[in-house]
Amino acid sequence: MSDDDLTSVFRREAGRCTATLIRVLGEVDLAEDAVAEAFAIAAERWPVHGMPPNPGGWITTTARNRAIDRLRRESSRADRHRAAHRLQALAMEPDPDPELDDLDGLVDVVADDQLRLMFLCCHPALSPDAQVALTLRLLGGLDTGEIARAFVVPEATMAQRIVRAKRKLRDNNASYRIPEAAELPDRLGPVLAAIALIFTEGHTATSGDGLVRVDLSTEALRLGRVLVELMPDEPEAVGLLALMLLTDARRPARTTTDGSMVRLADQDRSLWDQARIREGHALVRACLRRNQPGPYQIQAAIAAVHADAPTSDATDWSQIVALYDQLYAFRPNPVVALNRAIAVGELRGAAEGLAALDALDAERLADYQPYHAARADLLARVGRTAESIEAYEGAIARTTNPAERGFLTRQLHRLDSRR
Amino acid sequence: MTQYLMSVWHDEEYEVDFSTPDAQRQVAQVDAFNNELQAAGAWVFGGGLHPPSSATVLRAKTDGDVSMTDGPYAESKEQMGGFWVIEAADFDAALEWARKAAVACEGPVELRPFQDE
Repeated sequence: MSDDDLTSVFRREAGRCTATLIRVLGEVDLAEDAVAEAFAIAAERWPVHGMPPNPGGWITTTARNRAIDRLRRESSRADRHRAAHRLQALAMEPDPDPELDDLDGLVDVVADDQLRLMFLCCHPALSPDAQVALTLRLLGGLDTGEIARAFVVPEATMAQRIVRAKRKLRDNNASYRIPEAAELPDRLGPVLAAIALIFTEGHTATSGDGLVRVDLSTEALRLGRVLVELMPDEPEAVGLLALMLLTDARRPARTTTDGSMVRLADQDRSLWDQARIREGHALVRACLRRNQPGPYQIQAAIAAVHADAPTSDATDWSQIVALYDQLYAFRPNPVVALNRAIAVGELRGAAEGLAALDALDAERLADYQPYHAARADLLARVGRTAESIEAYEGAIARTTNPAERGFLTRQLHRLDSRR
Repeated sequence: MTQYLMSVWHDEEYEVDFSTPDAQRQVAQVDAFNNELQAAGAWVFGGGLHPPSSATVLRAKTDGDVSMTDGPYAESKEQMGGFWVIEAADFDAALEWARKAAVACEGPVELRPFQDE
């Protein structure tokens, strides 16, 4: 057994174990500490005794025993009173034995625990930042430093954000439960948004050396799958998973071997992950049959149109423009309008694309890097070179990802040399 | 069960003129909300406050004396106009009451849990 084995068990199981422990103990911090302690024990024991057949069950049971020990040992009289109820409930369960892997029969409960934890982390009374941070911390098993780096904030800031979010949930007696059907429209939205944000950050990282952060996009995909498995009747959850699969399928073609970015039009489509595309397509079709369109499903449909095209030239841009029109009806924001303008540029030529772009509220998009990059491209294609160079410079100044910046700089130099 | 404070915030100039239809509507809404809280067993205490100009702030000094100043503690555009203390099973139940409170009094409502005893 190697360190890598332990790390991969941690990545796979930490969120699940934490979710279960929070249900059992009713306390987030205690559960987190207990899971960390159980992994520390595993790091000592597994290399000697070998990995147990059900590592996740072993971790959960060990963490539970540790937590019970600690509650008995450390709790003040007041805490003890509160914990007594929970301990009593625990005593009713069969005696936990780490070696017996007695949690095999609890798979459904464990899956539910994760969903409950997802809804707790994405509680609508928390800020979106805190929702994402807490989801990555508790369900993704990422440490505070990793989350801070992913969102380019100092570690102390991220630590404070997480502590504050946990405290707010605890002080307010937030319940650890799956929302009822009537509450879902309000409660599911933040959960989907948090997963989408994690995926987007993984897809085009705002920091780090590479274009992508595979750990983040993988974690978002995993959470998306958990959500769909547990709520198969929520079309938007299915739509988000399809969108992530179809987007992630392009990952192998998005960079060259030296890490440079390749834009969609220039990608070698034979490198796209066909298994992911097939899975994404099947989900999009399932959504279409249900006919309850929503923003994630429409975005997935757009990604499916791209995936359908054997070459960039064969892309059905009229379909994509129509889908963006539909998306705009759900989300009338300038970013959707920008993407629609880019699609118009492909369908009816750069001049019309530029006209659509110029009709947008430039002030609201002033800090949005893709706006400047799209404008630079369209200006270059209609031959307005000087303005295009200026727009490229604007885009580069707003790009934090090195691979993306490299791509834009090469475009700029190409234009400059033609001048 | 956790107890929560739900406080209502008004512009400092806010004063209820009960003769206006707006005020009458709000009073009727808040009455109905109070009845709902009581019927559900969530009501602990509540009431509206006189305007902030009626406030006095008392501060203990190091010599044991207490100073008094006229007017509210914080110089702020928004001042607390009234509050409820409610009891709710969990955060979501409390948020639901706070949502109804905000609709009833047509103004912002701040929700905060009491510390455990």
